Amino acid sequence: MSNYPKKLNDFLDNLSIIKDQQERINILIDCADKFKEVPPEIAKRPFPEENKILFCESGAYVWTNLQQDGTVKLYFAVENPQGISAMALSSILDITLSGETPENILKIPDDLANKIFGESLSMGKNMGLTGILQKIRRDVKNFLD
Amino acid sequence: MIDIMDRGYSNPSALVSTEWVADHLNDKSIRIIESNEDQLIYSTGHIPGAVHVDWTTDLNDQVRRDYLDRKAFQTLMIRIGVTPATTVIFYGDKSNWWACYAYWVFQLFGHSNAKIMDGGRLKWIDEKRELTRDISNYPKTKYLAPERDDKKIRAFRNQVLKHINKKNKLVDVRSADEYTGKRLHMPEYPNEGSLRGGHIPNAKSIPWATAVNTSDGTFKTAKELSEIYEKENKLKPTDNIIVYCRIGERSSHTWFVMKNLLGFKNVRNYDGSWTEWGNLVGVPIEK
Repeated sequence: MSNYPKKLNDFLDNLSIIKDQQERINILIDCADKFKEVPPEIAKRPFPEENKILFCESGAYVWTNLQQDGTVKLYFAVENPQGISAMALSSILDITLSGETPENILKIPDDLANKIFGESLSMGKNMGLTGILQKIRRDVKNFLD
Repeated sequence: MIDIMDRGYSNPSALVSTEWVADHLNDKSIRIIESNEDQLIYSTGHIPGAVHVDWTTDLNDQVRRDYLDRKAFQTLMIRIGVTPATTVIFYGDKSNWWACYAYWVFQLFGHSNAKIMDGGRLKWIDEKRELTRDISNYPKTKYLAPERDDKKIRAFRNQVLKHINKKNKLVDVRSADEYTGKRLHMPEYPNEGSLRGGHIPNAKSIPWATAVNTSDGTFKTAKELSEIYEKENKLKPTDNIIVYCRIGERSSHTWFVMKNLLGFKNVRNYDGSWTEWGNLVGVPIEK
Protein backbone atom coordinates (compact mmCIF):
# COMPACT_ATOMS: atom_id res chain seq x y z
CA MET A 1 0.00 0.00 0.00
CA SER A 2 1.58 3.30 -1.03
CA ASN A 3 1.45 6.52 0.95
CA TYR A 4 -0.03 8.56 -1.88
CA PRO A 5 -3.03 10.77 -1.13
CA LYS A 6 -5.98 8.43 -0.63
CA LYS A 7 -8.12 9.47 -3.60
CA LEU A 8 -5.12 9.23 -5.92
CA ASN A 9 -4.20 5.85 -4.50
CA ASP A 10 -7.75 4.59 -5.03
CA PHE A 11 -7.76 5.88 -8.61
CA LEU A 12 -4.44 4.20 -9.42
CA ASP A 13 -5.55 0.96 -7.80
CA ASN A 14 -8.74 0.91 -9.84
CA LEU A 15 -6.84 1.71 -13.02
CA SER A 16 -4.26 -0.99 -12.43
CA ILE A 17 -6.80 -3.81 -12.46
CA ILE A 18 -8.00 -2.85 -15.94
CA LYS A 19 -5.99 -4.89 -18.41
CA ASP A 20 -7.92 -4.07 -21.56
CA GLN A 21 -6.15 -1.15 -23.24
CA GLN A 22 -9.26 0.30 -24.86
CA GLU A 23 -11.11 0.24 -21.55
CA ARG A 24 -8.25 2.17 -19.96
CA ILE A 25 -8.32 4.67 -22.79
CA ASN A 26 -12.08 5.11 -22.36
CA ILE A 27 -11.60 5.87 -18.66
CA LEU A 28 -9.00 8.50 -19.47
CA ILE A 29 -11.24 10.04 -22.11
CA ASP A 30 -14.07 10.18 -19.56
CA CYS A 31 -11.69 12.06 -17.29
CA ALA A 32 -10.83 14.44 -20.12
CA ASP A 33 -14.54 14.98 -20.78
CA LYS A 34 -14.88 16.08 -17.13
CA PHE A 35 -12.13 18.67 -17.50
CA LYS A 36 -13.04 22.07 -16.04
CA GLU A 37 -11.15 25.14 -17.13
CA VAL A 38 -9.91 27.64 -14.55
CA PRO A 39 -12.82 29.96 -13.68
CA PRO A 40 -12.55 33.63 -14.71
CA GLU A 41 -12.45 34.78 -11.08
CA ILE A 42 -9.11 32.96 -10.78
CA ALA A 43 -7.61 33.77 -14.18
CA LYS A 44 -8.59 35.09 -17.60
CA ARG A 45 -6.87 34.97 -20.97
CA PRO A 46 -4.19 35.71 -21.78
CA PHE A 47 -3.02 33.47 -18.94
CA PRO A 48 0.16 34.47 -17.09
CA GLU A 49 3.41 32.93 -18.28
CA GLU A 50 4.26 31.99 -14.69
CA ASN A 51 1.45 29.45 -14.76
CA LYS A 52 2.38 27.95 -18.10
CA ILE A 53 3.83 24.46 -18.25
CA LEU A 54 7.06 24.54 -20.22
CA PHE A 55 7.58 21.75 -22.75
CA CYS A 56 3.87 20.94 -22.75
CA GLU A 57 2.84 21.04 -26.38
CA SER A 58 -0.84 21.23 -25.43
CA GLY A 59 -0.47 24.65 -23.84
CA ALA A 60 -1.31 23.63 -20.27
CA TYR A 61 -1.46 26.05 -17.34
CA VAL A 62 -1.69 25.28 -13.63
CA TRP A 63 -2.72 27.36 -10.62
CA THR A 64 -1.94 25.95 -7.19
CA ASN A 65 -3.84 27.89 -4.53
CA LEU A 66 -3.48 27.50 -0.79
CA GLN A 67 -6.86 27.77 0.86
CA GLN A 68 -7.66 29.15 4.29
CA ASP A 69 -8.06 25.71 5.79
CA GLY A 70 -4.49 24.86 4.75
CA THR A 71 -5.44 22.59 1.86
CA VAL A 72 -4.62 23.10 -1.78
CA LYS A 73 -7.01 23.80 -4.63
CA LEU A 74 -5.77 23.18 -8.17
CA TYR A 75 -6.98 24.90 -11.32
CA PHE A 76 -6.01 24.14 -14.91
CA ALA A 77 -6.27 25.39 -18.45
CA VAL A 78 -5.35 23.56 -21.67
CA GLU A 79 -5.22 25.79 -24.71
CA ASN A 80 -5.10 23.04 -27.31
CA PRO A 81 -8.58 21.52 -27.68
CA GLN A 82 -6.82 18.32 -28.83
CA GLY A 83 -4.72 18.18 -25.68
CA ILE A 84 -6.76 15.21 -24.45
CA SER A 85 -4.04 13.68 -22.28
CA ALA A 86 -3.30 17.00 -20.63
CA MET A 87 -7.01 17.48 -19.91
CA ALA A 88 -7.34 13.95 -18.59
CA LEU A 89 -4.38 14.37 -16.25
CA SER A 90 -5.58 17.78 -15.10
CA SER A 91 -9.01 16.39 -14.34
CA ILE A 92 -7.54 13.45 -12.42
CA LEU A 93 -5.27 15.73 -10.42
CA ASP A 94 -8.12 18.09 -9.54
CA ILE A 95 -10.36 15.25 -8.42
CA THR A 96 -7.69 13.40 -6.44
CA LEU A 97 -5.51 16.19 -5.07
CA SER A 98 -7.64 19.31 -4.58
CA GLY A 99 -8.45 19.42 -0.89
CA GLU A 100 -5.22 17.71 0.14
CA THR A 101 -2.53 19.30 2.30
CA PRO A 102 0.74 20.42 0.73
CA GLU A 103 2.57 17.65 2.60
CA ASN A 104 0.33 14.99 1.11
CA ILE A 105 0.63 16.40 -2.39
CA LEU A 106 4.41 16.07 -2.19
CA LYS A 107 3.92 12.32 -1.89
CA ILE A 108 2.78 12.00 -5.51
CA PRO A 109 5.17 9.71 -7.40
CA ASP A 110 7.63 11.09 -9.96
CA ASP A 111 6.36 8.62 -12.53
CA LEU A 112 2.68 9.38 -12.09
CA ALA A 113 2.29 10.15 -15.80
CA ASN A 114 3.53 6.65 -16.68
CA LYS A 115 1.36 5.07 -14.00
CA ILE A 116 -1.71 6.66 -15.56
CA PHE A 117 -0.91 6.61 -19.28
CA GLY A 118 1.33 3.57 -19.48
CA GLU A 119 5.00 2.99 -20.17
CA SER A 120 4.64 3.68 -23.89
CA LEU A 121 4.35 7.44 -23.39
CA SER A 122 6.60 9.26 -25.81
CA MET A 123 9.45 11.34 -24.42
CA GLY A 124 7.82 14.59 -25.47
CA LYS A 125 4.40 13.69 -24.08
CA ASN A 126 5.98 12.45 -20.85
CA MET A 127 7.89 15.70 -20.46
CA GLY A 128 4.76 17.77 -20.91
CA LEU A 129 2.61 15.75 -18.53
CA THR A 130 5.39 15.44 -15.96
CA GLY A 131 5.85 19.18 -16.28
CA ILE A 132 2.34 19.64 -14.91
CA LEU A 133 3.20 17.50 -11.88
CA GLN A 134 6.54 19.24 -11.35
CA LYS A 135 4.92 22.67 -11.35
CA ILE A 136 2.45 21.55 -8.70
CA ARG A 137 5.32 20.15 -6.61
CA ARG A 138 7.33 23.36 -6.87
CA ASP A 139 4.33 25.49 -5.92
CA VAL A 140 3.50 23.28 -2.97
CA LYS A 141 7.12 23.31 -1.76
CA ASN A 142 6.93 27.09 -1.77
CA PHE A 143 3.93 26.96 0.55
CA LEU A 144 5.94 24.87 2.99
CA ASP A 145 9.09 27.04 2.89
CA MET B 1 -9.40 26.65 -51.71
CA ILE B 2 -7.46 25.60 -54.78
CA ASP B 3 -8.09 22.02 -55.87
CA ILE B 4 -5.18 19.70 -55.12
CA MET B 5 -4.74 18.89 -58.78
CA ASP B 6 -4.39 22.60 -59.61
CA ARG B 7 -1.71 23.42 -57.04
CA GLY B 8 1.21 22.48 -59.27
CA TYR B 9 2.53 19.60 -57.19
CA SER B 10 4.94 17.13 -58.72
CA ASN B 11 2.91 14.22 -57.32
CA PRO B 12 -0.58 15.52 -56.60
CA SER B 13 -1.94 11.99 -56.20
CA ALA B 14 -0.10 11.78 -52.86
CA LEU B 15 -2.80 14.04 -51.43
CA VAL B 16 -6.55 13.68 -51.18
CA SER B 17 -9.11 16.17 -49.94
CA THR B 18 -11.50 15.74 -47.04
CA GLU B 19 -14.28 15.68 -49.62
CA TRP B 20 -12.64 12.79 -51.43
CA VAL B 21 -12.32 10.84 -48.19
CA ALA B 22 -15.96 11.53 -47.33
CA ASP B 23 -16.96 10.17 -50.74
CA HIS B 24 -14.85 7.03 -50.25
CA LEU B 25 -15.79 5.97 -46.73
CA ASN B 26 -17.23 2.73 -48.08
CA ASP B 27 -14.47 2.12 -50.61
CA LYS B 28 -13.10 -1.31 -49.79
CA SER B 29 -9.86 -0.65 -51.66
CA ILE B 30 -8.71 1.96 -49.13
CA ARG B 31 -7.91 1.97 -45.45
CA ILE B 32 -8.10 5.23 -43.55
CA ILE B 33 -5.47 5.50 -40.83
CA GLU B 34 -5.36 8.06 -38.03
CA SER B 35 -2.03 8.87 -36.37
CA ASN B 36 -1.75 11.55 -33.72
CA GLU B 37 0.70 12.89 -31.22
CA ASP B 38 -1.66 12.09 -28.32
CA GLN B 39 -2.69 8.44 -28.32
CA LEU B 40 -6.05 9.28 -26.75
CA ILE B 41 -7.31 11.51 -29.54
CA TYR B 42 -8.44 8.74 -31.89
CA SER B 43 -10.78 7.32 -29.26
CA THR B 44 -12.47 10.68 -28.72
CA GLY B 45 -13.86 10.43 -32.24
CA HIS B 46 -12.44 9.55 -35.65
CA ILE B 47 -13.44 9.29 -39.28
CA PRO B 48 -15.87 6.36 -39.65
CA GLY B 49 -13.95 3.26 -40.61
CA ALA B 50 -10.54 4.69 -39.71
CA VAL B 51 -8.09 2.57 -37.77
CA HIS B 52 -5.56 3.87 -35.27
CA VAL B 53 -1.84 3.50 -35.81
CA ASP B 54 0.02 4.82 -32.80
CA TRP B 55 3.46 6.08 -33.65
CA THR B 56 4.99 5.07 -30.32
CA THR B 57 3.67 1.54 -29.95
CA ASP B 58 2.96 0.53 -33.56
CA LEU B 59 5.78 2.08 -35.57
CA ASN B 60 8.71 1.93 -33.17
CA ASP B 61 10.73 -0.96 -31.79
CA GLN B 62 9.86 -1.22 -28.12
CA VAL B 63 13.41 -1.99 -26.95
CA ARG B 64 15.90 -0.39 -29.35
CA ARG B 65 15.68 3.09 -30.71
CA ASP B 66 14.63 2.05 -34.20
CA TYR B 67 11.58 1.54 -36.31
CA LEU B 68 9.63 -1.68 -36.37
CA ASP B 69 11.09 -4.57 -38.36
CA ARG B 70 9.60 -6.51 -41.25
CA LYS B 71 7.81 -9.01 -39.03
CA ALA B 72 6.22 -6.32 -36.89
CA PHE B 73 5.19 -4.33 -39.97
CA GLN B 74 3.49 -7.40 -41.42
CA THR B 75 1.71 -7.98 -38.12
CA LEU B 76 0.53 -4.38 -38.11
CA MET B 77 -0.78 -4.53 -41.66
CA ILE B 78 -2.59 -7.79 -40.99
CA ARG B 79 -4.13 -6.32 -37.85
CA ILE B 80 -5.51 -3.26 -39.67
CA GLY B 81 -6.75 -5.35 -42.58
CA VAL B 82 -4.39 -4.05 -45.25
CA THR B 83 -2.97 -5.92 -48.24
CA PRO B 84 -0.21 -4.67 -50.54
CA ALA B 85 -2.96 -3.55 -52.92
CA THR B 86 -4.75 -1.43 -50.31
CA THR B 87 -4.39 2.32 -50.63
CA VAL B 88 -3.79 3.71 -47.17
CA ILE B 89 -4.98 7.23 -46.42
CA PHE B 90 -3.24 8.89 -43.48
CA TYR B 91 -4.54 11.81 -41.46
CA GLY B 92 -3.99 13.14 -37.98
CA ASP B 93 -3.51 16.13 -35.72
CA LYS B 94 -1.00 18.96 -35.95
CA SER B 95 -1.50 19.55 -39.67
CA ASN B 96 -0.72 15.90 -40.40
CA TRP B 97 2.61 15.93 -38.62
CA TRP B 98 2.20 12.34 -37.39
CA ALA B 99 0.29 11.24 -40.47
CA CYS B 100 3.38 12.12 -42.52
CA TYR B 101 5.54 10.28 -40.01
CA ALA B 102 3.45 7.12 -40.47
CA TYR B 103 3.42 7.65 -44.25
CA TRP B 104 7.23 7.84 -44.25
CA VAL B 105 7.61 4.69 -42.13
CA PHE B 106 5.30 2.82 -44.50
CA GLN B 107 7.64 3.85 -47.36
CA LEU B 108 10.52 2.08 -45.62
CA PHE B 109 8.62 -1.10 -46.41
CA GLY B 110 7.67 -0.04 -49.90
CA HIS B 111 3.95 0.46 -49.35
CA SER B 112 3.67 3.16 -51.98
CA ASN B 113 -0.14 2.97 -52.24
CA ALA B 114 -0.32 5.77 -49.71
CA LYS B 115 -1.81 9.23 -49.49
CA ILE B 116 -2.29 12.03 -46.97
CA MET B 117 -5.67 13.69 -46.33
CA ASP B 118 -4.99 17.38 -46.78
CA GLY B 119 -5.75 19.44 -43.69
CA GLY B 120 -5.83 16.43 -41.41
CA ARG B 121 -8.06 15.82 -38.49
CA LEU B 122 -8.75 19.45 -37.69
CA LYS B 123 -10.03 20.25 -41.16
CA TRP B 124 -12.37 17.25 -41.03
CA ILE B 125 -13.72 18.47 -37.69
CA ASP B 126 -13.96 22.12 -38.77
CA GLU B 127 -16.03 21.03 -41.75
CA LYS B 128 -18.35 19.32 -39.26
CA ARG B 129 -17.96 15.97 -40.93
CA GLU B 130 -18.98 12.76 -39.25
CA LEU B 131 -16.95 11.37 -36.37
CA THR B 132 -17.50 8.13 -34.53
CA ARG B 133 -16.16 6.50 -31.39
CA ASP B 134 -16.90 3.06 -32.83
CA ILE B 135 -13.68 1.09 -33.07
CA SER B 136 -13.15 -0.27 -36.57
CA ASN B 137 -12.14 -3.89 -36.85
CA TYR B 138 -11.32 -5.59 -40.13
CA PRO B 139 -10.77 -9.21 -41.05
CA LYS B 140 -7.13 -10.17 -40.88
CA THR B 141 -5.38 -10.12 -44.21
CA LYS B 142 -2.24 -11.61 -45.64
CA TYR B 143 0.71 -9.28 -46.03
CA LEU B 144 4.20 -10.20 -47.11
CA ALA B 145 6.47 -7.22 -46.71
CA PRO B 146 10.01 -6.80 -48.04
CA GLU B 147 12.83 -6.20 -45.59
CA ARG B 148 12.92 -2.64 -44.40
CA ASP B 149 14.93 -0.49 -46.82
CA ASP B 150 16.83 2.23 -44.96
CA LYS B 151 18.97 3.28 -47.91
CA LYS B 152 16.71 5.47 -50.01
CA ILE B 153 14.92 7.80 -47.61
CA ARG B 154 16.63 7.38 -44.25
CA ALA B 155 19.94 8.78 -43.03
CA PHE B 156 22.09 7.69 -40.08
CA ARG B 157 24.61 9.71 -38.12
CA ASN B 158 27.71 8.50 -40.01
CA GLN B 159 26.02 9.40 -43.27
CA VAL B 160 25.20 12.83 -41.89
CA LEU B 161 28.86 13.34 -40.97
CA LYS B 162 29.97 12.42 -44.49
CA HIS B 163 27.17 14.60 -45.85
CA ILE B 164 28.34 17.72 -44.04
CA ASN B 165 32.00 17.02 -44.85
CA LYS B 166 31.02 17.14 -48.51
CA LYS B 167 29.21 20.42 -47.84
CA ASN B 168 25.88 18.95 -48.86
CA LYS B 169 22.69 20.58 -47.69
CA LEU B 170 20.47 19.91 -44.71
CA VAL B 171 17.15 21.30 -43.57
CA ASP B 172 16.51 21.82 -39.86
CA VAL B 173 12.74 21.95 -39.46
CA ARG B 174 12.64 22.81 -35.74
CA SER B 175 11.69 26.18 -34.33
CA ALA B 176 14.07 29.11 -34.58
CA ASP B 177 14.92 28.86 -30.85
CA GLU B 178 15.86 25.20 -31.21
CA TYR B 179 17.92 25.95 -34.34
CA THR B 180 19.94 28.64 -32.58
CA GLY B 181 20.29 26.62 -29.41
CA LYS B 182 18.46 29.25 -27.40
CA ARG B 183 16.51 26.51 -25.64
CA LEU B 184 19.02 25.06 -23.19
CA HIS B 185 18.77 22.93 -20.11
CA MET B 186 17.61 24.73 -16.99
CA PRO B 187 17.78 23.35 -13.46
CA GLU B 188 14.69 21.39 -12.44
CA TYR B 189 13.22 21.52 -15.95
CA PRO B 190 13.38 18.60 -18.29
CA ASN B 191 14.96 19.42 -21.60
CA GLU B 192 14.53 17.88 -25.03
CA GLY B 193 17.03 15.27 -23.93
CA SER B 194 20.05 16.95 -25.54
CA LEU B 195 23.12 18.18 -23.78
CA ARG B 196 23.92 20.72 -26.47
CA GLY B 197 21.77 23.18 -28.42
CA GLY B 198 22.31 24.49 -31.93
CA HIS B 199 22.11 22.89 -35.36
CA ILE B 200 24.02 20.63 -37.70
CA PRO B 201 26.51 22.62 -39.83
CA ASN B 202 25.19 23.58 -43.29
CA ALA B 203 21.57 23.19 -42.16
CA LYS B 204 19.04 25.75 -43.31
CA SER B 205 16.35 26.68 -40.82
CA ILE B 206 12.97 26.02 -42.45
CA PRO B 207 10.42 25.25 -39.72
CA TRP B 208 8.04 22.53 -40.84
CA ALA B 209 4.93 24.64 -40.27
CA THR B 210 5.94 27.09 -42.99
CA ALA B 211 4.71 24.49 -45.49
CA VAL B 212 1.09 24.64 -44.36
CA ASN B 213 -1.66 27.22 -44.34
CA THR B 214 -2.28 28.19 -40.72
CA SER B 215 -5.99 28.68 -41.34
CA ASP B 216 -6.74 25.02 -42.06
CA GLY B 217 -3.55 22.97 -42.02
CA THR B 218 -3.61 22.30 -45.76
CA PHE B 219 -0.39 22.29 -47.72
CA LYS B 220 0.61 25.46 -49.56
CA THR B 221 0.71 25.48 -53.35
CA ALA B 222 3.81 24.37 -55.21
CA LYS B 223 4.51 27.98 -56.12
CA GLU B 224 4.40 29.07 -52.46
CA LEU B 225 6.51 26.13 -51.37
CA SER B 226 9.01 26.72 -54.12
CA GLU B 227 9.35 30.31 -52.96
CA ILE B 228 10.28 29.08 -49.47
CA TYR B 229 12.49 26.11 -50.23
CA GLU B 230 14.03 26.99 -53.61
CA LYS B 231 14.08 30.75 -53.85
CA GLU B 232 14.60 31.86 -50.24
CA ASN B 233 16.71 28.93 -49.13
CA LYS B 234 18.47 28.13 -52.40
CA LEU B 235 17.60 24.44 -52.43
CA LYS B 236 17.36 22.68 -55.79
CA PRO B 237 15.27 19.60 -56.57
CA THR B 238 18.45 17.83 -57.69
CA ASP B 239 20.31 18.51 -54.43
CA ASN B 240 21.25 15.72 -52.05
CA ILE B 241 19.39 16.81 -48.90
CA ILE B 242 18.96 15.49 -45.39
CA VAL B 243 16.12 16.77 -43.21
CA TYR B 244 15.96 16.48 -39.43
CA CYS B 245 14.22 17.77 -36.30
CA ARG B 246 14.25 16.22 -32.82
CA ILE B 247 13.36 12.56 -33.44
CA GLY B 248 12.45 12.62 -37.11
CA GLU B 249 8.81 13.42 -36.57
CA ARG B 250 8.50 16.97 -37.86
CA SER B 251 11.07 16.26 -40.55
CA SER B 252 8.83 13.51 -41.96
CA HIS B 253 6.34 16.26 -42.75
CA THR B 254 9.00 18.28 -44.56
CA TRP B 255 10.25 15.13 -46.31
CA PHE B 256 6.71 14.62 -47.65
CA VAL B 257 6.56 18.21 -48.88
CA MET B 258 9.93 18.16 -50.59
CA LYS B 259 9.53 14.70 -52.09
CA ASN B 260 5.92 14.63 -53.19
CA LEU B 261 4.87 18.23 -53.57
CA LEU B 262 8.07 19.81 -54.89
CA GLY B 263 9.59 16.75 -56.57
CA PHE B 264 12.97 16.80 -54.84
CA LYS B 265 14.73 13.68 -56.02
CA ASN B 266 17.08 12.87 -53.16
CA VAL B 267 15.76 13.68 -49.69
CA ARG B 268 16.50 11.57 -46.66
CA ASN B 269 15.15 11.84 -43.14
CA TYR B 270 17.70 11.71 -40.33
CA ASP B 271 15.50 10.28 -37.61
CA GLY B 272 18.26 10.28 -35.00
CA SER B 273 17.89 14.03 -35.39
CA TRP B 274 18.79 16.43 -32.60
CA THR B 275 18.19 14.04 -29.71
CA GLU B 276 21.07 12.04 -31.16
CA TRP B 277 23.27 14.76 -32.67
CA GLY B 278 22.98 17.07 -29.66
CA ASN B 279 24.21 14.27 -27.40
CA LEU B 280 26.86 12.81 -29.70
CA VAL B 281 30.42 13.24 -28.50
CA GLY B 282 32.71 15.12 -30.87
CA VAL B 283 30.36 16.03 -33.74
CA PRO B 284 30.37 19.61 -35.02
CA ILE B 285 27.58 21.98 -34.01
CA GLU B 286 26.77 25.48 -35.17
CA LYS B 287 24.78 28.14 -33.33
